[in-house]
Amino acid sequence: MVELWNNYLWPLIWIVILIVVIVVPLLVAVAYLTYAERKVIGAMHLRKGPNVVGPFGLLQPFADGLKLFLKETVIPTGANRGVFIAAPMVTFFLALVAWAVIPFGEGMVLANINVGIMYLFAISSLGVYGILMAGWASNSRYAFLGALRSAAQMVSYEVAMGFIIITVLLCVGSLNLTDIVMAQKTVWFVIPLLPMAVLFFISTLAETNRHPFDLPEAEAELVAGYNVEYSAMTFAMFFLGEYANMILMAGMTVILFFGGWLPPIDIAPFNWIPDPVWFALKISAVLFVFIWVRAAFPRYRYDQLMRLGWKVFLPISLAAVVVVAGVLVAFDLTPVVK
Amino acid sequence: MIIQALAFYMFAGIAIAAGIMVISARNPVHSVLFLILTFFNAAGLFVLLGAEFLAMILVVVYVGAVAVLFLFVVMMLDINFAELREGFLQYLPIGALVGLILLVELAMVFGGWHFAPEAAKSGAMPIPSPDMVTNTHALGRVLYTNYVYLFQAAGVVLLVAMIGAIVLTHRSRPGVRKQDISRQVSRRAEETVEMRKVEPGSGI
Repeated sequence: MVELWNNYLWPLIWIVILIVVIVVPLLVAVAYLTYAERKVIGAMHLRKGPNVVGPFGLLQPFADGLKLFLKETVIPTGANRGVFIAAPMVTFFLALVAWAVIPFGEGMVLANINVGIMYLFAISSLGVYGILMAGWASNSRYAFLGALRSAAQMVSYEVAMGFIIITVLLCVGSLNLTDIVMAQKTVWFVIPLLPMAVLFFISTLAETNRHPFDLPEAEAELVAGYNVEYSAMTFAMFFLGEYANMILMAGMTVILFFGGWLPPIDIAPFNWIPDPVWFALKISAVLFVFIWVRAAFPRYRYDQLMRLGWKVFLPISLAAVVVVAGVLVAFDLTPVVK
Repeated sequence: MIIQALAFYMFAGIAIAAGIMVISARNPVHSVLFLILTFFNAAGLFVLLGAEFLAMILVVVYVGAVAVLFLFVVMMLDINFAELREGFLQYLPIGALVGLILLVELAMVFGGWHFAPEAAKSGAMPIPSPDMVTNTHALGRVLYTNYVYLFQAAGVVLLVAMIGAIVLTHRSRPGVRKQDISRQVSRRAEETVEMRKVEPGSGI
């Protein structure tokens, strides 16, 4: 009985506790990301943004959540029921499972696996299924067009993202996320690999279907794109998944290029602040740029979006892999493999 | 060990059940979705084997890219479901034959390994223990040394296939007004804009 408890039950309970510790703050962060987005864009438009519910409108996200929770879930008659209901679940689930490998500090990670970055890449490449399933199962032209656009867009930008990740991995010599962060102790990769960091950030915008690449839900032509038929909690799950993905992509950018949880300078006042706080601060900074881009840029035209992905980003990132590998070999900087 | 066994039977069971659903589902889109589930569970089995790199590559390449294009095409097809079921019995013997051949081949390979364990080792590189070197490093070491020509040849085959597909489907249509970004960018204001002084009431 004691053995059963020690070997099976307690590890199980412990992992569940860890999952709750990760997921609950994540969902609160998602809620306040929507609030931050509305406030920041409001400020950029010289408006006030949400300011009615609670002090400074701070309870607005919870009011929105409650509203969506109480509404009726409508399933269109022509819809393919099973796939229609599964689609938002897939999106939400994938947005959450990716967080299993994110290191919040030294050793503060749920699963410190060898192929962490590959896992993240794999999970983010699966995100397209939720959208594709939603678009098809809705049995609506608008939703289907949005889903098709999204699928093409996400597959295109993933290729460039893969090559950019390879340039970082060449400098690290490991696929483990903790190793990637620790390799940036002397200098963050954003300095030697600045062009790659910019390209990666733009690719994450396309990957999360954010402005200026939000063609899958271009409201001017497609009403709301793939989620046009969704209501109440099914819609809320899409929304939560999308914003959790934004935070995840910002986290990936921070881990790959901005030194993860490491303080900018390793001296007294900076290294007093705990690791997860640095990580959260950096993610918030990247998310601010996400929102800023939304307020500042007009939407791309679809053919220009595809051109940018295939004819600009792909050749540049491919060349960068060759150049970075060449430089590392020529100057004998290749990381030592354990 | 119990956990591993349970995980194995879960992944294997779901993979087989999803595999059966791939060929028995009425709707082709459902078939593709079940195919994706099968791939995903196969990746889970790879993880259990300790081949985490292969598992992730399987998910990235097959689930994340190839199956998306599958789904893309199947969703766009205008399929008559009743017609699709008609040829089922007609193709059954051929399908069964292919399945039987695969089964016999697998049985021969694994049977051979069972009776002559050294035969399995002669064809393969020695596998280093997982705590000495990670999976990714181990694969990289053999792939870029002993098998570098085969690796490059595989790349060339894929390149040829890609160029072939582009050549077959590309057609240059005359009279299409395409956006030429380099031409737009290289336009100068002096060439395209002309400043005129217009007398009031006379026009140009």
